Amino acid sequence: MIRFPSRVLVVSPVPFGLAAILIMVAMPLNAADQPMVKIENFAFTPAVLTIKQGTTVTFENDDDIPHLVVANDASFRSKALDTGDTYAFTFTKVGDYAYFCGLHPHMQGRITVAP
Amino acid sequence: MTHHHDNEADGISRRHALECMIWAGTGVLWTISAGVPVSLSLLGAAQAAEALATGFTFLQISDSHIGFDKAANPHAIDTLKEAIGKIQALPQKPAFMIHTGDITHLSKAAQFDNAAQIIGGAGFDVHYVPGEHDLIDDGNGQAYLDRYGKGTKGAGWYSFDQNGVHFIGLVNVVNLKAGGLGNLGADQLAWLADDLKAVTASTPIVVFAHIPLWAVYPEWGWGTDDAAQALALLKRFGSVTILNGHIHQIMQKVEGNVTFHTARSTAFPQPAPGTAASPGPMTVPAGQLRSLLGTSSVTLKQGGQDLAIIDSTLA
Repeated sequence: MIRFPSRVLVVSPVPFGLAAILIMVAMPLNAADQPMVKIENFAFTPAVLTIKQGTTVTFENDDDIPHLVVANDASFRSKALDTGDTYAFTFTKVGDYAYFCGLHPHMQGRITVAP
Repeated sequence: MTHHHDNEADGISRRHALECMIWAGTGVLWTISAGVPVSLSLLGAAQAAEALATGFTFLQISDSHIGFDKAANPHAIDTLKEAIGKIQALPQKPAFMIHTGDITHLSKAAQFDNAAQIIGGAGFDVHYVPGEHDLIDDGNGQAYLDRYGKGTKGAGWYSFDQNGVHFIGLVNVVNLKAGGLGNLGADQLAWLADDLKAVTASTPIVVFAHIPLWAVYPEWGWGTDDAAQALALLKRFGSVTILNGHIHQIMQKVEGNVTFHTARSTAFPQPAPGTAASPGPMTVPAGQLRSLLGTSSVTLKQGGQDLAIIDSTLA
């Protein structure tokens, strides 16, 4: 699993000027690279999210009831998330990922992974 | 509480007995009267006393959520203890108890242990079905099956007979599908069809499962996708009573020969359908909590297929 590939470049032995440019490019990407899906009031917020390939998405349960994040195609599955628990998954493949709550399957969301 | 008729000549009065019954709606106490299950809180005092003296009763508890400690009830373990204490104090013992799921909040071993110790303390046989909260251990339900799966099929479904009534415990909280509701699945439905083959149409049927087997409020997931197929199999029976939990409030519906009924939780209340942003635990002022864990019954009146509602609180 490759997390934050831009950081790998930053610490690699490249000329300082190039590294600086990479950092400048990478920083905003990094911020956008760690999107969060909140689970509150039995809903995923945002319910629809588009990310770049390689991005890690963190799901956080803010309800007083446990929830469980499952991909429709079973490509990812969290454990039961109690109040305040988080689950992070890194999307390494381009595609459309519909997901739902394994305990309350009427709760649904979708993540689109772009190249 | 309504429907109380004091009669001092009764000594340890029927009123006292009935109050205990009402308390038991922590517990809903059911009795089989003329082959039809009726909730005791609906019966008149005289009938209730007679049913208690001669009838076959069993008790339903649900949604104990051991391990829940959030604002809606920081002491779910204590309210279960209170409920069991009241059940133990019943002057006429039920034949057994059923638990319609969400025994624990997070399927942790200690939560199962605590629940078993407290519920077992009542001294009755308990027939369980799992709620979705009971199947979220690392083994995806193995912890529940290790404890309660003996003699069951599949994910934990089974049937048994007692006092001429055929009881069926169903599991509708596994293999849930995206966008769906509760789910029985083809294997369980095939088993149900086979199980019912040997049962005569005049045998009263009691089905119990966690999620309601009728569409209480699909927007909140309160229903079961393939319940219609189960109900079709139950169509030929003269008396079918379906007992559920999951929604932490009493609801009842009658459809032909089928009575649907949901029990209250012993842990925390949930809002009425559509009255809140979500079906999550409902926090009420501390002084009101027990009035919402207590019983207020919506019950089928025997004979006429009409519903009667008795609001009775523990407060």
